[in-house]
Amino acid sequence: MNLQLTEEQELVIAMVRRFVREEILPLELALDPDAEELAPEDNARLIEKTKAMGLYGLDIPPEFGGPDIDLVTRTLIAVEMAQHRGGLYVPCYGTFGGAGLAQLFEATEEQKEKYLFPTLRGEKKGFFGLSEPSGGSDPARAIQTKAVQDGDDWIINGGKLWISGADKAQYGLVFARTANDKGRDGVTCFIVDTDTPGFSVRRVVHTLRSARYATELSFEDVRVPASNILGQLNKGFAIANDRLTKQRIPYAAGCIGVAIKAQEMALEYVPQRETFGAPLSSRQSIQWMLVDNEIDIKQSLWLTLEAAAKAQRGESFRKEAAMAKLVATEAGGRVVDRCMQMFGGLGVAKDLPFERWFREMRIRRIGEGPSEVQRHVIARELLGSSLR
Amino acid sequence: MSIRLNKEWLSAQTAASQLSGNLGVFQLADESKRIIFVGYAGGKSRFGLKGEVSEALQRTSGAAFARWEVNTAYMSRYKELLMIHLHDYGQLPEANQPSPGESVPGEIATLGQLRPAG
Repeated sequence: MNLQLTEEQELVIAMVRRFVREEILPLELALDPDAEELAPEDNARLIEKTKAMGLYGLDIPPEFGGPDIDLVTRTLIAVEMAQHRGGLYVPCYGTFGGAGLAQLFEATEEQKEKYLFPTLRGEKKGFFGLSEPSGGSDPARAIQTKAVQDGDDWIINGGKLWISGADKAQYGLVFARTANDKGRDGVTCFIVDTDTPGFSVRRVVHTLRSARYATELSFEDVRVPASNILGQLNKGFAIANDRLTKQRIPYAAGCIGVAIKAQEMALEYVPQRETFGAPLSSRQSIQWMLVDNEIDIKQSLWLTLEAAAKAQRGESFRKEAAMAKLVATEAGGRVVDRCMQMFGGLGVAKDLPFERWFREMRIRRIGEGPSEVQRHVIARELLGSSLR
Repeated sequence: MSIRLNKEWLSAQTAASQLSGNLGVFQLADESKRIIFVGYAGGKSRFGLKGEVSEALQRTSGAAFARWEVNTAYMSRYKELLMIHLHDYGQLPEANQPSPGESVPGEIATLGQLRPAG
């Protein structure tokens, strides 16, 4: 395995790093510490810059107009993009664009025309509606939202919880049970327009993360045409599962980026800060925190890059993605926690980004499958699918 | 849990004596207790709700009453209150509407749509 970055990767990383430091950090200084958006004019100006850099829409496949950048390099970019206060959940405030809902790349031509292409043009937004009040970690069994066929249509009833972006979306991918007795084979993915009668965003779910919130959704006799089934009837769970596995790599990368930035700030601070007549950096307790941070960061980075490399080669990467997600989210939390400790009172003040990272990093151990589920996935890969 | 801010309206004078330096959200109303502004005291506010509500009362024409909620999730709560107002009245409170030529804050430009029950 080659651990040496290519010249091209070095150049791209340097370019993104410069963008974060010269464009994002100065704007962020003026924002509320919990902000998730730039002013629209700043946002538009920076999108033009990322387009000029050839890095807009990083996750869009080249055949749909995205830049042709391999997954390892995209992971390295994601690590860089997260290195600012809002970087964990809104890396570079969205100025690098996104692929929207990647499942739509597999949609029918009609669905692509109606949902995918407008999304890529920035005209529509979608949400991913999987988790329910009955549970999100085991969606195949927890999904209680039901869809019943009625002629050429399906009628959806139920509710979803912890759904991001539904209040701003024009459509969503909604997973509903279409066969009662078939477990994970009885779930179908529907594309639901948010202006369909019976669909509503009932409330904002307030969490530790103040800026980007989740919502609770309600479906009351929501009528959806059969042509809005994404993929095959009763095979929706495979769509959900594929997304969950892929998402673990950038999810881990964001945690690593924040951890790197936190460590960088600590390394700058501790030689300057004196206690009892000597700099903090002379204290072994502080040195060991820095050492532990460095080990946490490196472990997370190599595991995540290995997962990305396997995915890039087209090999199974379920185990590696779970390990990356598990280790990076837990290590990221430890790194931020140690840095707060080194900064003392200033570490918990809103003057510095640690308190936001601390709150948001805690969510990362739960979001996209909690640590326990990642361990379960890894155990299943090790012991075989007979493990329940 | 009600998602609307249902606390008692306090006159500007009473509010001034009761406000604290906490983070949170607030609403201002005119003499008829019609909501005319929704604001928040965030991490950059110098005196939290005390400073933000007092300043908003002074600069908002027609503001006579205030009510507030201490809340560390002030940003998502602020957006929620604006979205509820949009749902109930079809528009933002008048003092939240940007003046012509004025830059729209990012959090308002990207506001979503809620359809709360009740």
